[in-house]
Amino acid sequence: MSPIDQSRLIELTPNRLGGPTRVKPRRDAPSTGAEDDARRELRAQVARLERELSRCFVSGFPRAGLDVSVPAAGGPRLLGLGELERLRDELSERLRAARRALALRGAQQERNRVLLERMLLEPGRYKFLQIPSSDLGEGGCGVWRVRPRFGLIGMLAGWWQVKLSSGCPLPRGGRPARPPEP
Amino acid sequence: MTAAPEGDLDPEPELGWVQAEVRHEFPELRLLWVALAARPGPSPPAVSDRLRMLSDRFHGAQAIAMRQDPIPSAYRIFFRHIGLDPDETRTPLEAAAVERLVQGGFRSQNLVDDALLIALTETGVPVWALDADRLDGPLGIRQAHAGEGLGQGAAATPLPAGRLVVADAESALAIVFEAPALGYGVTPDTTRMALFAIQVAGVPAIHVEEALWTAVSVLDPGSAAEA
Repeated sequence: MSPIDQSRLIELTPNRLGGPTRVKPRRDAPSTGAEDDARRELRAQVARLERELSRCFVSGFPRAGLDVSVPAAGGPRLLGLGELERLRDELSERLRAARRALALRGAQQERNRVLLERMLLEPGRYKFLQIPSSDLGEGGCGVWRVRPRFGLIGMLAGWWQVKLSSGCPLPRGGRPARPPEP
Repeated sequence: MTAAPEGDLDPEPELGWVQAEVRHEFPELRLLWVALAARPGPSPPAVSDRLRMLSDRFHGAQAIAMRQDPIPSAYRIFFRHIGLDPDETRTPLEAAAVERLVQGGFRSQNLVDDALLIALTETGVPVWALDADRLDGPLGIRQAHAGEGLGQGAAATPLPAGRLVVADAESALAIVFEAPALGYGVTPDTTRMALFAIQVAGVPAIHVEEALWTAVSVLDPGSAAEA
């Protein structure tokens, strides 16, 4: 374990949400017990943040594209107090960014769902508009589209409808092209 | 080098030692190990079938969600605590799940690797195998000394001081959560193996014992049945 740096004495204030702990420099001499307590608290915070980050990653997967990685240098070792603090701060920053991204994504999906409701009520006002199911927070490859009924006739007559496409393409791909005639 | 005594050929797991400094930092860190008489070789059809059945338990969604499960989560947290990024250096179970997705199934390789993989996928606890005749005393976890090397002879690579390693009384055998160094792993000449597992905070002891027992039962069905 690295020796205690006298200038880096800390006072830890546990944070209810598992976020960064306030760190205050102190002038008085530390005891080994104080550093142990600090390390234990930092490890507990890292554990909480890791669990929260995993929860965010899983709830946002695969569309939110969250980056939850906190790069680590070096191999397995006992981390010093400073390293634990940095790790905790970086995890906390990642978690904040992940939550922000999820919130933005959720708000966007909510707006798209409202738009879909309006499309269904008045398709004529949203001609040729399309919303992929993924933008509504749903799985699959379906796309909601406003299309004219009976093609050109419907377009001229103002008969519009909302159609949901059939889904994901087949893994085999489309029908094979006809071989060239000899 | 003194080989592990013959009396160790017992499927009852032994508790390894943990260096005081490491134990002070991680009071719940344990190493359990067991020695048994077993030879490497090709896997019998029953083991290959078992792997095939296990492949069906791992799907893409599960591979993503498993990081929230208690045991994989415990290893992820421990990885963070020892300065590893579990999204870059995957925990053993997540690495196995990714491998299974890439290959479309767990491929049978040989009896030893298959036994370790079965133990890992059934319990979530990673198990490693060493050649028991190359060990000097019981296994444990410690920090590497300054100037210490990993591996034997010319193939030895220098270890940075403080690196966490699995060691016997004499040498560092493997960096924790990595494969054994050259010269200590199981070879075609191996007649006795030492299996070890690392228990971290949040992983119940019964899962670790179950992992070792599972690996032993695949490698030496007779001894596991007696136990």
